[in-house]
Amino acid sequence: MNIFNNIRVALRALLANKMRSSLTVLGIVIGVAAVVALLSIGQGATSGITSSVESMGTNLITVSTGRSFSPGSGGQSSSGTLLFTDYGKIAAKVSGMRAIAPYYSSMDQVSTTNLTSNYTIMGVTTDYKDATNQVIKDGRWLTAQDNASKSRVVVIGATVATDLFQGLNPIGRKIKINNSQFEVVGVLESKGTMGFLSGDSNIFLPLSTGYAKVFGFRATSQGKYVLSGITVSAEKADTVDTIISQIENVLRASHNLSLSDDLPFSVSSQASMLSSLSSISDTLTALLGAIAGISLLVGGIGIMNITLVSVTERTREIGLRKAVGAPQKAILFQFLVETMTLSIIGGIIGILLGAAIAGVVTYLGLITAKVTADVVILSFSFSALIGLFFGIYPAYQASKLRPIEALRYE
Amino acid sequence: MIEVIDITKVYKIGDQEVRALDGVTVKIDEGEMVSIMGPSGSGKSTLMAILGCLDIPTSGQYLIDEQDAAKMRENQLASLRAHKIGFVFQQFNLLPRTSALENVMLPLTYDGTRPRERMERAKQALETVGLADRMNHHPNQLSGGQQQRVAIARALVNNPTILLADEPTGNLDSKTGAEIMALFQLLHKEKNQTVIYVTHDPYIARHTNRIIHLIDGKVSKDEMIKTPLVAGTPRPDDLISDGNGNSRQEARQ
Repeated sequence: MNIFNNIRVALRALLANKMRSSLTVLGIVIGVAAVVALLSIGQGATSGITSSVESMGTNLITVSTGRSFSPGSGGQSSSGTLLFTDYGKIAAKVSGMRAIAPYYSSMDQVSTTNLTSNYTIMGVTTDYKDATNQVIKDGRWLTAQDNASKSRVVVIGATVATDLFQGLNPIGRKIKINNSQFEVVGVLESKGTMGFLSGDSNIFLPLSTGYAKVFGFRATSQGKYVLSGITVSAEKADTVDTIISQIENVLRASHNLSLSDDLPFSVSSQASMLSSLSSISDTLTALLGAIAGISLLVGGIGIMNITLVSVTERTREIGLRKAVGAPQKAILFQFLVETMTLSIIGGIIGILLGAAIAGVVTYLGLITAKVTADVVILSFSFSALIGLFFGIYPAYQASKLRPIEALRYE
Repeated sequence: MIEVIDITKVYKIGDQEVRALDGVTVKIDEGEMVSIMGPSGSGKSTLMAILGCLDIPTSGQYLIDEQDAAKMRENQLASLRAHKIGFVFQQFNLLPRTSALENVMLPLTYDGTRPRERMERAKQALETVGLADRMNHHPNQLSGGQQQRVAIARALVNNPTILLADEPTGNLDSKTGAEIMALFQLLHKEKNQTVIYVTHDPYIARHTNRIIHLIDGKVSKDEMIKTPLVAGTPRPDDLISDGNGNSRQEARQ
């Protein structure tokens, strides 16, 4: 009894009940397609986040109040107030920095003559562009002169430009932020879809202008200007850790904290942020895959169910095969080949369908899904194993039938 | 040559023991054509299952070509069935949606015959039963008699030591039945094939050279038939059976 003969016999048996076989295969198709699609989308999202963080600039260090991204820090610690003067001290005392950019951000109402919407307003200095690798698409970036003279000028992100001006050239146009009028002098190149990390949905204005015209008393604490964060770009990757500890020391000194106190600021490198973000994303991907795996499991139970029915229906055939000399393992093998055939056909169609779903998601621009060889191999072998696992019991039942009883089965 | 020596078969149904066979000893030589006859419940089906290596006796010996099949495990029995036994059933038991040729090839897939040789032997077997022109027909395209011929070809294809036929004409009309009987007699005569009939019908049994009567799990009579009926001979008056499969002779008793 060679393998090809077995497969031929299996296919014939499966084709004899086309409707039943295709519904059983459908169970596996849905399961495998779900696994492939969700894992591909998850992996696409992970690499999307990773590349968008990387595009922010290498060697990036972020100083922010309170919330920490570093893994294992136990989430939010009590937040301190990051002062504008802290920026001055860091800039003066810490060495090895290529650029240092303080910023204050707030959500404010922005209006043109016919549109009103809310955007994140970022008060920044001219160094912000270099620190975060922003590129100017049209017009110019903010200058030191703008900051010194508190000019009413803004540079807008790519998404903001499309939203507010809908194809018109934004340069030179006026927008109102909290009822103060500003002139758009520049538009940034788009950095990708991860809005909160790129500048695409932000409006940038000189920090001094922001303190004076937009942020108001929200941006002061006991008469001093406060910051939302400071972005630091290190000259070399291997000095990132040294710079982090220098910044922490400056902040401790400035806020009168001893080494044993919890630092109420987070000073984290892009690398640690990247690793925590991608670990979150990986966890979500695994979760999605596991949920999809459940539907594959249900499909496997479908195979088992239909094979048990088939064994009962074909009891006489099994009896006959045994009567003409089929040993137990031949019968076992025959039914295993049937369940494996079902699950492998389902696996192949499922992979194609899942890849198609991933393709549609990518085409719609939601997430750039990545169908990797890993995912394909994993789901294919998983579906084949499902066929084997759920086939063993019915096949064993068939092989154990006593020939004389099977022959007389009505 | 096959020989059963003092075999018993005991079934347990709940607390009750049923002795389906109770000390049966029979010796059948090569080339004999024998009937095992008895009413339902006589143990003839149990004896056929044991002779066909589908089951093993509770006690006793079953020698088939000097091997004792009574103590064998299932896989050894399967091997014996593959090489030494051919079955013909009342219900034909052909695989549906499968050509006559492939049905006949089925036993050869289990006895280690090479694929190339299988088709040759299956064709020969179909020619022997006169179905050379129906090889690619499926069972539902064949008449009852033709289906039984395919089944006989399937039973012959592995050159078995014994050919076991369980009521082979039971599902056929008398004319077709006579043709099948003629085929068995021909095989017996020309190929010296050992044939064992299992039947309740004395008319069918009368076509063989020897009738082993079974009643209540015991051999009640072992008679030799000097002049077996030639297939196609009308049923003699004393052997016209009633609706229950019992002959008038038996009914009168």
